[in-house]
Amino acid sequence: MNVTNLFKIALRALANNKLRGFLTMLGIIIGVASVITMLAIGQGSKRSIQAQISEMGSNMIMVHPGADRRGGVRLDAADMETLKLQDYNDIVSECSYVSLATPTVNSSGQLIFGANNTPSTVYGVSPEYLDIRRYEVEDGDFFTEQDVLTSAKVCVVGKTVVDNLFTNGENPVGQVIRFGKIPLRVVGVLRSKGYNSMGMDQDDLILAPYTTVQKRMLAITHLQGITCAAVDERFTDQAMEEIAEVLRRNHKLQRGDDDDFTIRSTQELSEMLTSTTDLMTVLLAAVAGISLLVGGIGIMNIMYVSVTERTREIGLRMSIGAKGRDILAQFLIEAILISVTGGIIGVLVGVCASLIVNAAAHFPIYIQPWSVLLSFAVCTVAGVFFGWYPARKASQLDPIEALRYE
Amino acid sequence: MKEIIRLENIRRDFHVGGETVHALRGVSFTIYEGEFVTIMGTSGSGKSTLLNTLGCLDTPTSGEYYLDGVSVRTMGKNDRATLRNRKIGFVFQNYNLLAKTTAVENVELPLLYNPNVTAAERRERAIRALTSVGLADRLEHRSNQMSGGQMQRVAIARALVNDPAVILADEATGNLDTRTSFEILVLFQELHARGRTIIFVTHNPDIARYSSRNIQLRDGHVIADTQNDEVLSAVDALAQLPVTDE
Ligand SMILES: Nc1ncnc2c1ncn2[C@@H]1O[C@H](COP(=O)(O)OP(=O)(O)OP(=O)(O)O)[C@@H](O)[C@H]1O
Ligand SMILES: [Mg+2]
Repeated sequence: MNVTNLFKIALRALANNKLRGFLTMLGIIIGVASVITMLAIGQGSKRSIQAQISEMGSNMIMVHPGADRRGGVRLDAADMETLKLQDYNDIVSECSYVSLATPTVNSSGQLIFGANNTPSTVYGVSPEYLDIRRYEVEDGDFFTEQDVLTSAKVCVVGKTVVDNLFTNGENPVGQVIRFGKIPLRVVGVLRSKGYNSMGMDQDDLILAPYTTVQKRMLAITHLQGITCAAVDERFTDQAMEEIAEVLRRNHKLQRGDDDDFTIRSTQELSEMLTSTTDLMTVLLAAVAGISLLVGGIGIMNIMYVSVTERTREIGLRMSIGAKGRDILAQFLIEAILISVTGGIIGVLVGVCASLIVNAAAHFPIYIQPWSVLLSFAVCTVAGVFFGWYPARKASQLDPIEALRYE
Repeated sequence: MKEIIRLENIRRDFHVGGETVHALRGVSFTIYEGEFVTIMGTSGSGKSTLLNTLGCLDTPTSGEYYLDGVSVRTMGKNDRATLRNRKIGFVFQNYNLLAKTTAVENVELPLLYNPNVTAAERRERAIRALTSVGLADRLEHRSNQMSGGQMQRVAIARALVNDPAVILADEATGNLDTRTSFEILVLFQELHARGRTIIFVTHNPDIARYSSRNIQLRDGHVIADTQNDEVLSAVDALAQLPVTDE
């Protein structure tokens, strides 16, 4: 028996029952498409988190006041005021593994320019912030150390703020905007960084000297945080130890006392988020895998029904000279054609669905070639595997019995 | 004359739930090339069992069967399939055409299972077979777009297309009205006239008069085997039928 003829036979049989073929395919299409989409979403969030962290600075260390009591209730507001400017100065001068550091304080409120106003957050930082967070100034300049010393009423704004306030296309640099009652002169505009993986707009911010925010907006003397950069991401742990040492000394903590501050690094964050997204990917893939399995069982079911339904046809084919293995081959080829076609359509649908998810929901996606290959291979194997049993049953039919079948 | 079929003491037993049914109890005969044999008998006499044996679909419990000089009894399944493909043409009572498939594709089917036949040759032979049964103008009609008589013609064309040593028909006119039955009978007589060997199982004693030889079965035995010297012409019979329908 030659293979071309077998293909011809299988194709004609499929063409005679397009609806049945399509319904069989549907299971595979949905299975493959969901595997690809789910993995694309899982991988996409993982990649974007990684990208975002490396953008943010993979060597970044964040110090916050208050003990690390995840999920606990902080009872005393004074707990939150433990970080002082002295701590910052000492970290800068004493910690050899810390290359850059900036104090952070922030204040939320309404931004006003002319007739436009928009809610935003002013981040009070030092000029080092730019390098630590890997922002760049696109237009104008960043504020200077001098501005910090004088608590100057200046600021640098992000693209989103520019878009919201300067609706008539004015050049923001040199304009004076108001944050609540405080006028701020715009000295620079940051280069756009876009959305991060949590869907947060990284361009919706205003940077001002931390002294300005402390004195003019919040009227506080403590810091809300200190953000540092380790000299290299490999030395993050050493840098964290050094910072902890300085802070414990400054805060006069005894041996055995709990820290009254929390130090986190982007590395930790990265590991935590990666393991979360990995788990998410596994779960999504499992769900998708189950739908692929269901698709495979669909093939088996329909092939099985079709063997029964086509018993007479099988009897006829045998009576005119088809061997058992020809029948086996025909049904297997039918199953394979269905699953391969279903697989190809599934890949296309999966890719489209991923792109739609990305476009409609701003969800980061990444379609990994191996996920496409894998789901395609799995569906073909499922097709063969689930098509094999009914095909074998068909091939073992007794021609006389089959011909007589009602 | 060339011997096409020789049966020697063929027995076929079926075992059904501890009991043994003797469908054939020692059948022997020889059929020569160019004979038109009708096989008759009451229901359950073993006609279909005999035809299945002749068609290499079934193997006898004992006895020897030679088809075109080859012993079939010792053959394996696959060899018998090949033998059916090359030497036998089946015509069934219920046509057994592939659903929603064109006449040409139905007729091509046996040749698809023969790797020695090329695609072009396949189609050409299918068209020739369909032309010889008077369906030259129905090549691309699908099986569900044809009448019973036309479907049976397609089935006959399919039985002819592999140029078989013998054509086996089981109640080939059983589902057709009198007129169409005679039309099919005319066709079989034409094939017979062109030298085909035909074995035709029927209930209808009239049909025996249009064949050259008649074998009667009862309870798995051959009880009569007669040559018919006065073969009636189906064409004449058809002409004499009253034209009532359309
Ligand atoms: N597969 C089978 N299993 C058991 N018994 C069978 C089988 N096939 C046929 N028989 C028995 O063999 C006997 C002959 O059956 P067969 O079908 O050959 O009769 P027939 O002459 O063709 O009858 P009909 O004219 O009704 O078609 C019957 O008694 C039948 O019950
Ligand atoms: Mg019968």
